[in-house]
Amino acid sequence: MAYGQTPSQTVGPFFHFALPKFEGPVLVTDKTKGERITIEGRVLDGDGQPLNDAMIEIWQANAAGRYDHPEDQQEKSLDPDFHGFGRCATDKDGRYSFQTIRPGPVPGPGNTLQAPHVNVTVFARGMLKHLVTRMYFEDEKSNADDPILGRIPEETRRSTLIARRKNGKGTPFVFDVVLQGKGETVFFDV
Amino acid sequence: MADPIPYNPQDKGAWPPSLFPPYTSTVKRAPKRPLVLIPQTLSEVTGPVYGHSRAIPEDSDLTKDHTGEPLGERIIVAGRVLDENGRPQPGTLVEIWQANAAGRYRHDVDQHPAPIDPNFTGGGRVITDAEGRYRFTTIKPGAYPWRNHHNAWRPAHIHFSLFGPSYLTRLVTQMFFPGDPLIPIDPIMNGVPDPKARERMICKFDINLTQPEWALGYQFDIVLRGRNATPLDNDKDH
Repeated sequence: MAYGQTPSQTVGPFFHFALPKFEGPVLVTDKTKGERITIEGRVLDGDGQPLNDAMIEIWQANAAGRYDHPEDQQEKSLDPDFHGFGRCATDKDGRYSFQTIRPGPVPGPGNTLQAPHVNVTVFARGMLKHLVTRMYFEDEKSNADDPILGRIPEETRRSTLIARRKNGKGTPFVFDVVLQGKGETVFFDV
Repeated sequence: MADPIPYNPQDKGAWPPSLFPPYTSTVKRAPKRPLVLIPQTLSEVTGPVYGHSRAIPEDSDLTKDHTGEPLGERIIVAGRVLDENGRPQPGTLVEIWQANAAGRYRHDVDQHPAPIDPNFTGGGRVITDAEGRYRFTTIKPGAYPWRNHHNAWRPAHIHFSLFGPSYLTRLVTQMFFPGDPLIPIDPIMNGVPDPKARERMICKFDINLTQPEWALGYQFDIVLRGRNATPLDNDKDH
């Protein structure tokens, strides 16, 4: 390669007046197609302490399972009222929350189909590089055949990628991100 | 759909480890389990692309956010966003944020006893042009103390956030200034293993970019992960 990659550095503690200012945690408008959902959770460190200076970004397909990106050439409809990107800084209790829609399934390696999921990126002070993970939904039967979940044989580890309804039907999906230690979230090398 | 053409991996010399004990905040925030390798699917090779189906408000002049002029040394920071093959990355969002000339951020958490400048906020964003170029007008940020260790000071820096064409090209980095004596002892910069890669985070003074009787010019090119071939011939149609 002719040009060396520019290194990653931490987002630091002072990004709030810039990064979340234009891109926010609400991905939907009144016209967006699909089932409205709330995704919420906390970001925790190796002592179980909440991070009040983390930032979560999400990226997801629309309700039909198509990404708003030129490389997604599937014959599914784009939704002009949904772009699939959101950003949320954690609050003093380490909490974040997104208003979005449940994504549709997207193609996987070979001719497989991936279970509906939301791509999650974590930034924070004390993180020299961001970490990426995925959030799946507890009530999706297709999780059992998902080619990515299938790479994580241990049930206890795989379960860190499954968001669960807070209190039954219609309530928020809860997805905590544990950076280290007990219940450590599976992060991906991509 | 055919499988996507993969992006090159993160360069291990340029990307820091999650755990780097001299930067003490990494100790409780670095995963202990190895990352799980997964194939690059449509979920990874896509990502937010601005101008594809939406636009965002741009703000390239950080000296014009208030009624008065901010204090400090006015500078122009400009450069290109490229991939590893040297191909320009047009239409990508570049966001910056920084301290003021006294080394103080416009942020409640920043308790450094240096003055806040009422005429400076310190955040900007632009979309790269067809040749991958961006340009900001701002003021040179000051160095500031932090509590990582006794007498710890961060070298003057501007934070950069970039997307590139996919989720895999996402990059948050920092730009430093040439000749800053704090650079060799900064635990955040030293988290980058390869000394040559660290130098890529230092901008270059550029007399040609400098505007007479107005502002000093600094050039800073940013290189994102690349891939070896163009995935789709009609990529440019969008």
